Amino acid sequence: MKKVIITEDILKVYNPKTIPVYALRHVDLEIESGEFTAIVGPSGSGKTTLLNIIGGLDSPSGGKVWVNGQEITAMTDSELINFRKDNIGFVFQAYNLIPVLTAKENIEFVMLLQHRSKAERAQRVKELLIAVGLEDKQNSRPAQLSGGQQQRVAVARALAASPAFILADEPTANLDSKSASNLLDIMLDMNFNEGVTFVFSTHDQRVIDRARRVITLVDGLVDSDVRRPPIYLPLNNPL
Amino acid sequence: MIFKLAFRNISRNPRRTGITVSAILFAVMSAVFMNSMERGTWDRLIDNIVSFHSGHIQIHAKKYWEEQSLDYSFEWTEALNKSISNINKIKAIAPRIEGFALAYNYSDTSSKGVLLVGTDPEKENNMSGLENRVCKGAYFNKEDKAVLMAEGLAKQLKILPGDTLTLISQGYHGANAAGRYPVKGIVSFGSPELNKQLVYLPLKEAQYFFDAEGLISSAVVSIENRLFLKPVLKNIKAELDSSKFEVMGWDEIMPELVQAKEMDELGNYLPLGILYVVISFGIFGTIIMMTKERQYEFAVLTAIGMSRFRLAMTVWLETVFLGMIGVSGGILISLVPVGYFHFNPINMGEQYSETFEKFGMDPLMPTSLAPDLFYVQAIIVFIITSVLALYPIVNILRLKPVEAMKS
Repeated sequence: MKKVIITEDILKVYNPKTIPVYALRHVDLEIESGEFTAIVGPSGSGKTTLLNIIGGLDSPSGGKVWVNGQEITAMTDSELINFRKDNIGFVFQAYNLIPVLTAKENIEFVMLLQHRSKAERAQRVKELLIAVGLEDKQNSRPAQLSGGQQQRVAVARALAASPAFILADEPTANLDSKSASNLLDIMLDMNFNEGVTFVFSTHDQRVIDRARRVITLVDGLVDSDVRRPPIYLPLNNPL
Repeated sequence: MIFKLAFRNISRNPRRTGITVSAILFAVMSAVFMNSMERGTWDRLIDNIVSFHSGHIQIHAKKYWEEQSLDYSFEWTEALNKSISNINKIKAIAPRIEGFALAYNYSDTSSKGVLLVGTDPEKENNMSGLENRVCKGAYFNKEDKAVLMAEGLAKQLKILPGDTLTLISQGYHGANAAGRYPVKGIVSFGSPELNKQLVYLPLKEAQYFFDAEGLISSAVVSIENRLFLKPVLKNIKAELDSSKFEVMGWDEIMPELVQAKEMDELGNYLPLGILYVVISFGIFGTIIMMTKERQYEFAVLTAIGMSRFRLAMTVWLETVFLGMIGVSGGILISLVPVGYFHFNPINMGEQYSETFEKFGMDPLMPTSLAPDLFYVQAIIVFIITSVLALYPIVNILRLKPVEAMKS
């Protein structure tokens, strides 16, 4: 399988000149295309820091990161923004949709940044709205949607650009159990049927239980890295 | 998409947007009205002064204005008259020969220095409406060998229509000039300066008096609207030989009037400046709040691939849109009082009417509808909002997504 993410000896130190705090200590990881990976660990273990570095939102104090074969740790700020647009999808804990755009426009937004044609955008938005079950909410603004619905739009937005993988930082943290379960089903479905790679940090045991690979961080170090078959399959999984 | 995003962002906090837009609207409305009132009053004053005597444009022989001597007179041929008359926007041309003279009332033995103006009665009337200023006696005609006198001067010399006025002067190239003329009419001017020194003779008789037959000292041109001054001046200059003639606009002829207007305008800039500074702080407050509130959103937008430049452009557009909504509203609302007082000028009342009438003006203060009064406000607000938008733009350019998301 193609390796979409490779980290080599990642080090992240905060306050290096005063009281150094080691957020990540020499993390080496390889994530292959199509994986459904959960990064878990206690608070302060470095989960979010690792996701930020993999997503090119933060730079490591040492080490290198390759995404889709390109070394993102060597890129400039504007190169990184451009790279993220085409290669990485983000789902944030607090949904973070653009409040003045409708669900449909939020999904379309990244494709507009990619200068895709109107017809292509319309087709993709339609597909994604069906995939996340929000066809009837396409003209609703975020404030008119529930938390679960907003997070489903956020997943659709992250998928719209057809990225190499999706990074999700505690995607179910603000959702009730039903919405969280619904969102997980959608993500698993995308992963299983369309081969979308997901990497997410989580504390949520329901998410951890359904991940096929679980990487545990403790004090900035990879404590364990377990690959396993999923316990729960998505609802519409033919298997 | 940038436009759509910027426009919709304005409506995110309707109350704050409303307050900011109202502040801009009020500032623009006040600025337009104040400027319009000032401009309208000055325009009326200048038009009055220009139409009394000087005209909008004067054509002289080279060096005449510097020397103010009849020796710099020139021949105003029919061909010359035709070529200038054909220029677009010219309303009337009055050829004049002017010189200083001593006026003497033989029966009263009183005398006074006067400005003797030889002019074509019909053309002069077309230009300055001189006939309407006759308050006693009658207006003269081309063939008359009689004078019209300013009212103040006639009073000083104790002269009435039908009396005789003796004039003594120096003519063309030092020739003796003397003559006795019956007074046909008395003319009244608002300006005290003109009222105490003007004497008119028909052009032909004045040329004979000054021994300058066929010559004039200036051709006074009146145009349809003062706004056309520059193009008409340019066209007249193009028609004339610049080595022989000088062409001057009213602003060169009466620089003191231009200076007085400029001084008055300067005095107006201060309150307007203060108004705009206060408004700028109001807008800046809104921008700071908006920038602080949206740090997380800016971080998310850069995270998902929106370039900082594009994001900065969106925020700049938002700020400018906000300003332009205020400007448009301000201009639209200001059109009501500005339009009303343009067609129904403010009457200063009896208290001031005497002072105004002294200068030959109605005691009315109209507003001006000049387009620049309106679009200059739009430019000012555009500049202010663009400069203030630098704050969020710099913030976006320096934004660190991870830190912004944590905050």
